[in-house]
Amino acid sequence: MAHGLLKFLKSAALSLAALASAAQAGETIVLASTTSTEQSGLFNFILPIFEKDSGIAVKVVALGTGQALDVGRRGDADVLLVHDRAAEDKFVAEGYGVGRRDVMYNDFVLVGPAADAAGVKAAKDAVDAFGRIARKGTAWVSRGDRSGTHAAELRFWSAAGVEPKGQGWYKEAGSGMGPTLNMAAGMGAYTLADRGTWASFKNRQDLAILYAGDPKLYNPYGVILVNPARHPHVKKAAGEKFIDWITSAEGRRAISAYKIGNEQLFYPLVR
Amino acid sequence: MVAPVAAPMFPLRIHDLRWHAGGRAVLDGFSLELDGEGITILLGPNGAGKSVFLRSVCGLLQPDAGHLDWGGGPRPAFGVTMVFQQPKMFRDSVQANVELALRPLGVAAAERRARAQAVLERVGLAHRAGDSARGLSGGERQRLALARAWITRPRLLLLDEPTASLDPSSVDAIERIVREIRTEGTRILMTTHNLGQAMRLADDVVFIDAGRVCEHAPVQRFFARPASAAARLYIQGELPWRMAF
Amino acid sequence: MNGLTYAFSEALGLLTGFDHRVAEIVLLSLQVSGLAVCLGTLVGLPLGACLGVGRFPGRQLWVVFLNGCMGLPSVVVGVLVYLVLSRSGPLGDLGLLYSPSAMVIAQTLLVVPLMAAIARQTVEDAWREYEEELTAMRFRWFDSVRVLLHDCRYSLMVAVLAGLGRAMSEVGAVMIVGGNIDHATRTMTTAIALETSKGDLPLAVALGLVLLAVILLLNGLAYGLRLWAMRRYA
Repeated sequence: MAHGLLKFLKSAALSLAALASAAQAGETIVLASTTSTEQSGLFNFILPIFEKDSGIAVKVVALGTGQALDVGRRGDADVLLVHDRAAEDKFVAEGYGVGRRDVMYNDFVLVGPAADAAGVKAAKDAVDAFGRIARKGTAWVSRGDRSGTHAAELRFWSAAGVEPKGQGWYKEAGSGMGPTLNMAAGMGAYTLADRGTWASFKNRQDLAILYAGDPKLYNPYGVILVNPARHPHVKKAAGEKFIDWITSAEGRRAISAYKIGNEQLFYPLVR
Repeated sequence: MVAPVAAPMFPLRIHDLRWHAGGRAVLDGFSLELDGEGITILLGPNGAGKSVFLRSVCGLLQPDAGHLDWGGGPRPAFGVTMVFQQPKMFRDSVQANVELALRPLGVAAAERRARAQAVLERVGLAHRAGDSARGLSGGERQRLALARAWITRPRLLLLDEPTASLDPSSVDAIERIVREIRTEGTRILMTTHNLGQAMRLADDVVFIDAGRVCEHAPVQRFFARPASAAARLYIQGELPWRMAF
Repeated sequence: MNGLTYAFSEALGLLTGFDHRVAEIVLLSLQVSGLAVCLGTLVGLPLGACLGVGRFPGRQLWVVFLNGCMGLPSVVVGVLVYLVLSRSGPLGDLGLLYSPSAMVIAQTLLVVPLMAAIARQTVEDAWREYEEELTAMRFRWFDSVRVLLHDCRYSLMVAVLAGLGRAMSEVGAVMIVGGNIDHATRTMTTAIALETSKGDLPLAVALGLVLLAVILLLNGLAYGLRLWAMRRYA
């Protein structure tokens, strides 16, 4: 029996080593990004192009922007692609990241039940739309997860002079964009979504875009290299290569080419 | 492997054992002295304390008071083993069950196998070596249990009613094996309720009642002229018409 | 088409038409969970058996602790392993975060208490049955543990299956330490979570049915083995 156990242990150890090495063959970088970019399908479209050109594999960990920045702070990613300008600037100012660059933008859309009890369709701008929802007290699902979308949503409430926390109609999901949309669809509630996730979201039920187009709903994404001076294991060269590519003409072309149906989801930012 | 036990084990002197269970004295001043040869049979009514006594000799339970003196020393690490009334078989083959008994002795695998085959031959189970031990009949199980004890070549073997509720031919087989074990120099201490068996096997008889020894006598004298009234009643209750021994 | 009908036909399609992406995910799940359960077997079963046989001060506390750990949420285990394997954590230099190895570690920690608790119960019952035999044979307690583990090998398959079930079906730990990275650390459960958050509920259910099929297959194999063994060793 002892012999069998030993053999068992040995093969288990070998298998573990094989798994570890398989995951590390070739050069790879870890990109901490947001659920919105991952779930929209953008990465599946543009990353194979980059990987073919550069030979660098990109492993995407999709989180909320807040979490992605935390992962960067701990040194568990090489590059971040996130969308919360204020938090990004703080991240760089504190020395956790270097060389932030604009990459692209999409926009937020206000979705809700097609019947539109709050009359958001008639709003004169985004802040007015949020105000109408608060006045009517129609159900609202918030991300509540410190993501970029959550941060944007909170900015609109405060611009509308509303303190939503603790209100009966205000529900914090504490989860990603997809689960939040699932909740809103299930409850017939309003929520703020990024256009990318919305476009690829399949369980819409009665939900529809009720308000979009205000320049304030503009949602810019930035790319940041995790500071190699702070975390020496960060793959500086490969990370910089990725940042250069995604902000290059070629990268911009790839981003523009990604469409769902006929709709372009992300617009590269021209420097 | 461990060499045959060198330390003297006999005479085994048992001094004034006491053991209580549920407020009742099961062993109540049990004293006995055994020399190094033969088969001693413990007789006595149910509840007299026979099984508990065997277990305390084997070291399976610690008496509340009293002590055992093994030829002037403590119980040796090996050389004393016990076969239970309902022996438990491991979920494995007959062969593996027998070999298992040699593991604590540090016997090498090849020798374990050879000795197991030999002992199975002697208890008449060689043809079933590969079968599941749990699939054996009652008589076969008891023989396997004896083989499991015998293979370790014990100096003292404790048998707790090894033939209880077995058919006559199985009883015969067990008795033959017990005799053979004895002729190889193993001291045997066994309990039974079968007085015929006691007459056939015993060199001497210990009669126990109420947790103490009433009488310790050679087998012929015990059955011919039991000294205690309790023993007389016990013998008569079991064998009222066969007193012409 | 009705969502559930669609989910079932989709699942059937994934199972029959060999989908390369699904195969990759199923294979990784099996590798990671299988390895975790192997390690869990090596650690958890002896640990449980020792607790079932040994008599030492504080044993009862250990038993309660172990039984309590069975209810440990996988997310908590995930966060703990994340903090340890993070670059800023004590084992950060190994660079294991977001790799299958990290997932194996997390799932091992998850299944060890469960497997140990089941093994403890099984072996303790067997110990009650064999204690006198083993003591009369002069087995020391540690050797008794080995004998009992061997004797209970077929009943302990329940512990292994329970461990496998827990490992294959948990999502919290692998999501956090694996990162659900496409082609690297995406397992069946994280893929299901992803499809759910994309709102593709039928595909999520279909993947769930594939997972169920895999687990049922493994259980069927184990059941057959056990049946065979019971015929052989009563």
